[in-house]
Amino acid sequence: MIKDGKEQVWPDYQKEIAPDNYYYARSCIRQNFFPGSEETFLKIVGKVLGKEIYDDPHQTTCTGIAYHSGIIPMETTMTVVARQFSLMNDAGYKNFLASCVTSFGIYTEIIETWEHFPETFEKTKDYLIRATGRSFKLPENLAHTSDIIYKFRNEIASMAKIRLVNKHTGKPLRVVEHIGCHYAKIFPKKGVGGAEFPKVLTGMIETWGGEVIDYPERRHCCGFGFRNYIVKENRGYSLSNTKKKFDSMEPYKPDFIVTNCPGCTFFLDRWQYVLAESEGKTYDDNGYGIPVLTYEEMAGLVLGFDPWEMGMQLHQVSVETLLDKMDVCYDRNKKYLGYEDQPIGSPEEPEVLKV
Amino acid sequence: MSELIEQLRKDVRFIEGLNSCINCGVCTAICPAAQFYEYDPRQIADTLQRGNEEEIERLMKSDTIWYCGECLSCKTRCPRGNTPGYLIQALRNLAQQTGFYAFSERGRQQLEIKRRIGDNMLKYGYCVYVDEINTDYHPEQGPVWDWYRQNTGTILKRLGANYRGDGAGTLRVISESDLTELRSIFDKTGALKQFEDIEKMADD
Repeated sequence: MIKDGKEQVWPDYQKEIAPDNYYYARSCIRQNFFPGSEETFLKIVGKVLGKEIYDDPHQTTCTGIAYHSGIIPMETTMTVVARQFSLMNDAGYKNFLASCVTSFGIYTEIIETWEHFPETFEKTKDYLIRATGRSFKLPENLAHTSDIIYKFRNEIASMAKIRLVNKHTGKPLRVVEHIGCHYAKIFPKKGVGGAEFPKVLTGMIETWGGEVIDYPERRHCCGFGFRNYIVKENRGYSLSNTKKKFDSMEPYKPDFIVTNCPGCTFFLDRWQYVLAESEGKTYDDNGYGIPVLTYEEMAGLVLGFDPWEMGMQLHQVSVETLLDKMDVCYDRNKKYLGYEDQPIGSPEEPEVLKV
Repeated sequence: MSELIEQLRKDVRFIEGLNSCINCGVCTAICPAAQFYEYDPRQIADTLQRGNEEEIERLMKSDTIWYCGECLSCKTRCPRGNTPGYLIQALRNLAQQTGFYAFSERGRQQLEIKRRIGDNMLKYGYCVYVDEINTDYHPEQGPVWDWYRQNTGTILKRLGANYRGDGAGTLRVISESDLTELRSIFDKTGALKQFEDIEKMADD
């Protein structure tokens, strides 16, 4: 990393993040694949940090996955975005918070498009009123949920029960951070640190005692590729891209990976399972793979939350190797229980990947 | 001017995506799709810049325009402010308006995506929904997903979700009135028509 270059551009890539009163726009992927992370975010922001945050039952998909798969017109996405902003207006909020990186990219792109092409703004207003009778005003502040955890990283550190330190060696845990492409590659000035030096996750990791790994394919896409994953026949694209990252990070022996994007978390977790079962390859020394965390899971562990109450049992790469290194207090026997400790059996074990 | 270029110029992504390409190839160097497919975003920009009608039609009828993963890494890197990813979006849109997408195998995959993502949005208000995802189509989900699907209700309740419940919360039911607004937007802005066209093309 060229530090001189960073110092020159750094002031240009700071972003304003509202301090309180958030309208929370949920992520389709996160609700389905990492449902505990959204609840953990609300708990950290609302209960731990004491901020006002509104979870609106009227919100819907932003259509981002459909938009980037090319099955709907841009006007549809613009008008759905306008409806989400209208809902925020109705609820009395001005700070819009997107839980999904694809959504964050969508909201940013649509607002930019309306600024560059004012006729599209007028057209969207017309579509929205004709379709729903609604009108809307733009948010005063647009942020991604990882921005909020970054903003309050020091407050979280002051309440930390555990640090990102290896209890066996006393050294910082070695962390791969992966930023979703649509967080800052489309509009670098809308992400903390821009596309070159994104600070949003490294800020959390370093504040909480970890060490960030720099590796050759650090900024390579996770390989989602929208239609390249959704259609089964195309998934070689997605798997190959993610493998490229694993091969590149492996020599640096990461203790875990953390991402700020729903899709990236999923692919970096699940493709490790696929590579283990299909090629017999795992990317750690002991056959368990590299745990992949959301930033809320990382923050939650630092704050002393129970990993199973955060849903970390829904990862295919098990997280116990990391929990043990961090000296997290957890009950292995409670991992696969249902509500109120209901016994519900456990998943089948993969043939190669240890769990 | 090429008629297809005239059509493309109606799409703001085409206007925003093509300024003046100098053919440096930085977009191709950074492009994940270029690393795994016979795909070259530099050539896409060059073809559109040349404006030859036959070449553009050939491009729109080919698999080529469907390889891009829309990561938009090209937007960050282009020294001239072009965005081949935006050009791809505009080409895909026009390929569907003209029916050219049906000439290529990758283009015809729009039917699969419409049924897997488009129908979910209209049915649930989510682009994906746990009840519709299984390890037959998604074997990469692994055995943990089968366990999750067999015990969805109790697992999600433990995690504080509101699965299939009314009101706010993770995986709540999106109310009929909200779905009506969403469907109305899809109707007025042309998404329903596009869905119908994709289904009709498959029948034909």
